[in-house]
Amino acid sequence: MSARPRLARHWRRISGVGAVELVPQTRLSGPMPWVIAIMVALTVIAAAAGLALRNAVQETEAELEGGITVQIVEASPTVRAQQARAAAEVLHAMPEVAGLRVVPQEELAALIGPWLGTLDTDVETAVPVPALIDVRIKGAVTPERLVAMQRKLRGVAPSARVDAQSTWLKPVFDAIASLQWLAVALVALLTVALSAAVLLAARTALGANRDTIEIVHLLGGTDRQIARVFQRSIAVDATGGGAIGLGLAALVVKFLGRRFAGLGAGLVDSGALGLTDWLLLALVPVLAVVLAMVTVWFTVMHTLRKML
Amino acid sequence: MTQITDGEIVHFNNVGLRYGTDREVLSDISFTLFPGSFYFLTGASGAGKTSLLKLLYLAQRPSRGMIRMFGSDAITLPRERLPALRRRIGVVFQDFRLVPHLSAFDNVALPLRVAGMPEKELEKSVVEMLEWVGLSERMDARPETLSGGEQQRVAIARAVIARPEVLVADEPTGNVDPEMAIKLLRLFEAMNRMGTTVVVATHDLHLLKKIPDSLIMRLDKGRLSDPTGALRYPPRRPSSPRGDRS
Repeated sequence: MSARPRLARHWRRISGVGAVELVPQTRLSGPMPWVIAIMVALTVIAAAAGLALRNAVQETEAELEGGITVQIVEASPTVRAQQARAAAEVLHAMPEVAGLRVVPQEELAALIGPWLGTLDTDVETAVPVPALIDVRIKGAVTPERLVAMQRKLRGVAPSARVDAQSTWLKPVFDAIASLQWLAVALVALLTVALSAAVLLAARTALGANRDTIEIVHLLGGTDRQIARVFQRSIAVDATGGGAIGLGLAALVVKFLGRRFAGLGAGLVDSGALGLTDWLLLALVPVLAVVLAMVTVWFTVMHTLRKML
Repeated sequence: MTQITDGEIVHFNNVGLRYGTDREVLSDISFTLFPGSFYFLTGASGAGKTSLLKLLYLAQRPSRGMIRMFGSDAITLPRERLPALRRRIGVVFQDFRLVPHLSAFDNVALPLRVAGMPEKELEKSVVEMLEWVGLSERMDARPETLSGGEQQRVAIARAVIARPEVLVADEPTGNVDPEMAIKLLRLFEAMNRMGTTVVVATHDLHLLKKIPDSLIMRLDKGRLSDPTGALRYPPRRPSSPRGDRS
């Protein structure tokens, strides 16, 4: 006996792969690993988008937790400054207030500069910009607490308007939530599509190898033994495809991450993926392998049940 | 209803077989096979030999009648239990039915692998078996590169490697020269001496004389006749018990 086939047999014995090669193995030369690679890549990208959006929302929500903006909407700069000071004093004395900061006029000018241009510094002719007090309270901001605060400020600053900071971003959060659901739906659809592709491939393989399967049956082979052969085959294909898909998706996600980080926008920056997120994404190909194996098992067992 | 006799290995009672809605290809088939016997199944082409063998190696369920194999009712037996019965039967198919992408070695090893024998153990048996059928030099060859005679020997090696209790061969000498036909027949006889019940379907009447103690079942238009008393009840047992297998 030549050394090469003996080596091949030893390899089969050690690895378990191809121990009974009832079905000719095509491995990466066939379309299945590439289909799985594409599915895994798309799933990982969709999941990464969902996770990034979740991170952005969570981080921004945490930043805005307990945040209240007090605006002094008053045309007269003198009255505005007076009311702002008085309001800050009242707020400072309130026990539920954890901290506050009167936003300096220069900072406000810088904030609205991109939209209104450089503001006129002449108090008589300048565009009136409300005075802002950034307040952080202990605990969550509720409508009742906002009303109570507004009531306390009314005496010293009748022009004060009290808003929860999260209110400003609610429409953005709602839009992001929709995108998150879209990502979940995409992952679900891709899961179904992967199952369907594997199911079709398994049926085709069963049809193409019907004679061989019949022989194995007649030699006393069980449905489980045959199903295991198909399972082993798809496991190898899915592992290869999954690894390729994960690699491709990682490159895309990294590239997009850098692009978005370059925007320098707070909400976008906070969507960066952490280690846990990457670990979750790394689970996608593992789940794809499991899904493919389960799909093949049930497809093969169901089909073989119709044979004697 | 026919009485079941102790020691029988296969019992057919009033079995009929039809494919779809066509007329019956086998009708009123009743016989009993005993351990250690050698049977020839003869008949003209189209008489139903292959159909009868299919019933015998559990590739087909009959349309009617009763089949008992190794003490189990093969008709009502759940599908999951068929493999265990099939492992006790060795089959040489008329067209060999070797797995095309497997080497001669792997084809012969198939019944042992299916039976769960560890690779380490089966290698020795398979190599010995291939040496026995004179194919030790071709064990890595795929069926497509083997001659008809070599394929037939691989098919026979595969059928006997797991020491089946019943060996069923469908026209095993159909594709070989007379010298090889005799050689193969001697191989079956050797198996039979070791206790295997052998059923050989053939239309070559010259072969029948080569195994002196053999029993003959003749099929004619789907019905069995009984030239050597093989089907009589109680069936004629072989003149002397052969083999040391219990």
